[in-house]
Amino acid sequence: MEMVYEWFRTLYQETGINLPFLYDEYDRNRMIDGLFTTIKLSLVCLFFSIIIGVIGAWLQGSSFKWTRRFVSVYIQLFRNTPPLVQLYFFYFAIGTLLPRVENDWGGQSPIFGSFAWAAISLSFFAGAFNVEIFRSGIEAVPKSTVEAAEALGFSKLQIYRDITLPLAFRVVLPALNNNLVNLVKTTTLAYAIAVPEMLYEANQIWSDNVNVTEMMVFLLLAYFVLVGILVSGMNRWERAMKIPGYG
Amino acid sequence: MSWTTADPMVSLKDVHKSFGELKVLNGVSLDVMKGDVICIIGPSGSGKSTLIRCINALNDIQQGSILVEGQEVNDPKVDKLELRKKVGMVFQQYNLFPHKTALQNVMMAPVRVLKQDKVKVEEVARALIKKVRLEGKENAYPGELSGGQQQRVAIARSLAMQPDVILFDEVTAALDPETVGEVLQTIKDLAEDGMTCILVTHEMAFAREVADHIYFTDRGVIVEHGPPETFFQNAQDPRTKEFLSQIL
Amino acid sequence: MKYETDLPVMLPLKRHQSAPFPGLKSKHILAVALIAIIGPCVAFAQAPSGQESPLTVLLNWAPLLLKGFIFNLIISISAMAFGTAIGAILGLGQISLIAATRHSSWFVTQFFRNAPWLVLLFFAMFLLPFEINVLGFKIPFPDWLKAILGLSLPVMANVSEIVRGAVRSLPSGQWEAAESLAYTRMQTLWLIILPQCVKRMLPPWMNLYSILTMATVLASIVGVSEVMTLTGQALASEGGRPELLAPFYGFVLLLFFIYCYPIARFTVWLEKKYAVIN
Repeated sequence: MEMVYEWFRTLYQETGINLPFLYDEYDRNRMIDGLFTTIKLSLVCLFFSIIIGVIGAWLQGSSFKWTRRFVSVYIQLFRNTPPLVQLYFFYFAIGTLLPRVENDWGGQSPIFGSFAWAAISLSFFAGAFNVEIFRSGIEAVPKSTVEAAEALGFSKLQIYRDITLPLAFRVVLPALNNNLVNLVKTTTLAYAIAVPEMLYEANQIWSDNVNVTEMMVFLLLAYFVLVGILVSGMNRWERAMKIPGYG
Repeated sequence: MSWTTADPMVSLKDVHKSFGELKVLNGVSLDVMKGDVICIIGPSGSGKSTLIRCINALNDIQQGSILVEGQEVNDPKVDKLELRKKVGMVFQQYNLFPHKTALQNVMMAPVRVLKQDKVKVEEVARALIKKVRLEGKENAYPGELSGGQQQRVAIARSLAMQPDVILFDEVTAALDPETVGEVLQTIKDLAEDGMTCILVTHEMAFAREVADHIYFTDRGVIVEHGPPETFFQNAQDPRTKEFLSQIL
Repeated sequence: MKYETDLPVMLPLKRHQSAPFPGLKSKHILAVALIAIIGPCVAFAQAPSGQESPLTVLLNWAPLLLKGFIFNLIISISAMAFGTAIGAILGLGQISLIAATRHSSWFVTQFFRNAPWLVLLFFAMFLLPFEINVLGFKIPFPDWLKAILGLSLPVMANVSEIVRGAVRSLPSGQWEAAESLAYTRMQTLWLIILPQCVKRMLPPWMNLYSILTMATVLASIVGVSEVMTLTGQALASEGGRPELLAPFYGFVLLLFFIYCYPIARFTVWLEKKYAVIN
């Protein structure tokens, strides 16, 4: 590895193309941390947005008019306002209203840090899309299949868990994956509240090294590769989840 | 009053059912004894399917009583799980679970609903698949099977719950003509084994061959019924006669 | 966005329309949104004695914020126009018969589609010069113009995909029929294919515009004085009173909601309408 690092150092000295995160250990660690923060934030949001999606879809099928309305209002609010402003609203407006807790060194700090708020805000944002995705998946499961399970004595919960959800999940997988890709791209917004994800760390590095061009190109490539890996992984998963004999 | 095998296994008394304004069942009564095979025939829209769906509590009824082994179905407090353990059902559209293999389809309810031991259930399930003559198809998914094969898996799936009575809802109506025979043969095997069967069917020749008793329904009432010989030879009601003349 | 499924046992998957407010009309939803956003703001925003109430402060600033919001709309419309023009060409490039054009158009499209909008905005901000020399004239290149260019990059890539998707979704019989009538490929495209595609492209295109409008606030991160930047400045000049935060950010949310929600409704309506025709 040392040789590779040295090669990039020489590249900088000879051509002026400065990629410090490849030869400088400090910058390298920053970049790697940034990458992992991006991945971690994506995974956390993925997890919670799916939970929100499942619960929301279930509530939307409820027989209470007001729970259905509540979910609809939630979806419309989060789909039709900028995610960045949502993030600010959560982080600044709600964050300052919450009580503060004592931290390790005796000072006062907010209950949730910027990472947590980014996770909360983006989960609600992506969750609003997931509710509609899951809802359409559940509606695609024929009533007769559910009836067959009913006739075999399955309980409502068992039907939802063993029949409806697995079938719905397979149908909505492409849409869900699409939403996940968008989610990964949307994690860059966390930059705005100083979550040290990839864009933020890259910004730190170009501020220190004055190498905006190189960092910009690297960032674009990095996201291109990250999203590319994600998309191909998803496509593979979609193929694996395909029910034999159909399509 | 406890139920004995001398009592009717399924007993309907004056059953009324309507979907909104539409009256579907207008006072239907019939008794099915243990081991009986009864066929319900009649023009489409005469309420045949609704009738047997009510026995399984897939549809509720507005008036009357349905007793399965002496237990009232038309009761909000009825234990549907208990009922459905006793009453199996096979549908026109097979309704197999498309994401499970044939074997898994058969095993799922005993494992999930009855919480039976998986190894034992698998043994039973394999035997059932053999019984419906689908050996070698255990690991095929429904999408890889023909309609007739799927329907036989559906019958095996229903049998795996060891029901006392099975309802067949026009189980051959969606099949290609060349696969109808294999499904009817499977049902015939069951009937010969002494299974209580209630069939809604359009297969008159089959009804004549296997049924102990035939019921003819029209516009929500039973117009005429009797053993197959007398029913087909000596229909009394003009509506029955007209129907039979059209179909035979 | 329509998802199809090949499962015969599954019903055709229709996208769950974002319309169903059971029993609620469009005008009601605005009222509900107002209450949902402003309500908690007011509830939390009890002013300490001796200060103007948060709502009064907000009303003082509202005209300026509205101006900022209109600037957002100008950015969104310009970026949409620009991105659509280039994106359409790129999309046609993706269905070109020349392999090199097809492949390079595809790559450019994928590259800019996979990149986060904010990164592309940074890209435009930092890598475009602040002025350009044309025949000795110095044409300045202000930040807002760079923001428009930066936002039109992802628009371009998405429009390109919309065009390609719409052309591909037409049955091949249309091409064959035109060919058998001796139309040239160009004629087929302009006279037969594209007119049919417009209807298919309109709903996703509107959806994209809505997304773009909501993305214009990203320009605040790179220092363009649009509504979000002005909000931040307004809050700062009021001395950073924490009880002002919710009303101000809530106000910005509301502005976007009032603008984007009707667009979303209209898109759903269009989708339904064309679904019937097709």
